[in-house]
Amino acid sequence: MLLIHCPYCEEDRSELEFRWAGEAHIARPENIAAISDEEFAEYFFLRNNEKGLTYERWRHIHGCGRFFNAARDTVSDRFLMTYKAGLPKQALPETGASEKTVETYEATEGDAR
Amino acid sequence: MVDPVIRSLPLSGSYGGSSAVRLEAAPPAERLSLRARPEDVAALSGALGLDLPVKPKTSASANGRMALWLGPDEWLVIGEEGAGLMQEATNSGVTHSAVDISHRNTAILVSGPGAAAAINTGCPQDLSLAVFPVGACSRTVFGKVEIVLLRTAVDAFRVEIWRSFSDYAFGLLSEGARDAAF
Repeated sequence: MLLIHCPYCEEDRSELEFRWAGEAHIARPENIAAISDEEFAEYFFLRNNEKGLTYERWRHIHGCGRFFNAARDTVSDRFLMTYKAGLPKQALPETGASEKTVETYEATEGDAR
Repeated sequence: MVDPVIRSLPLSGSYGGSSAVRLEAAPPAERLSLRARPEDVAALSGALGLDLPVKPKTSASANGRMALWLGPDEWLVIGEEGAGLMQEATNSGVTHSAVDISHRNTAILVSGPGAAAAINTGCPQDLSLAVFPVGACSRTVFGKVEIVLLRTAVDAFRVEIWRSFSDYAFGLLSEGARDAAF
């Protein structure tokens, strides 16, 4: 079971108490009525869906109820950092461990013949 | 003639447990779902007659009532039946949201040496005394339902649960109580 650090409860809690809430740091356009359909689609529908480090919103729905932001590695499923909602995108803390050491199917996928 | 205004608890008549755990339905209580900004906490604390806790996972108890920290701006206030919590919150004179949830919730009192083990059958929280001391409280999950858990003594917990989920929670706690007695 994954443990996720809630920045509001200041504690590691079970993943069962949390819910994923999409990509983080997407700013709603200020002039939303004026933008074109393409610009709206870009804001509303299109997500980066990056492999590896992603910034996501999570909600501690069965705990304090708060949304917060998390940096997560989608390959290893590891939570690298969580921080309160409203804060700008945070730089990752320097850690000695390299995510490249994690053996996954995706890591060798590119070499498949 | 049948008196139409008799109200019974969702779990009235339920009893269960094992040699290690005692399960009982808590008596009726008045409950308030309270939300307020940090600057209004002091006024609400004064009006309710107890200090609303501002530290995560803590509760306060005074004058026969309890306030449980649920989130940075959210509390569950539990008082005796007829305590008039809604009126007291109104008397604070500050902006807040108070919803009377006395009958939305019911509570199960879990006690005995196996109480933590029984709750841990469906709850992922660490209930050791070091991490979840007496007075600690948290909204969390129990099996498939959401609960608010409060440790009232070293070996006693209060499980606050929505009334429509109470049969499920009581059943799962009974199973846990049996397991805890092994």
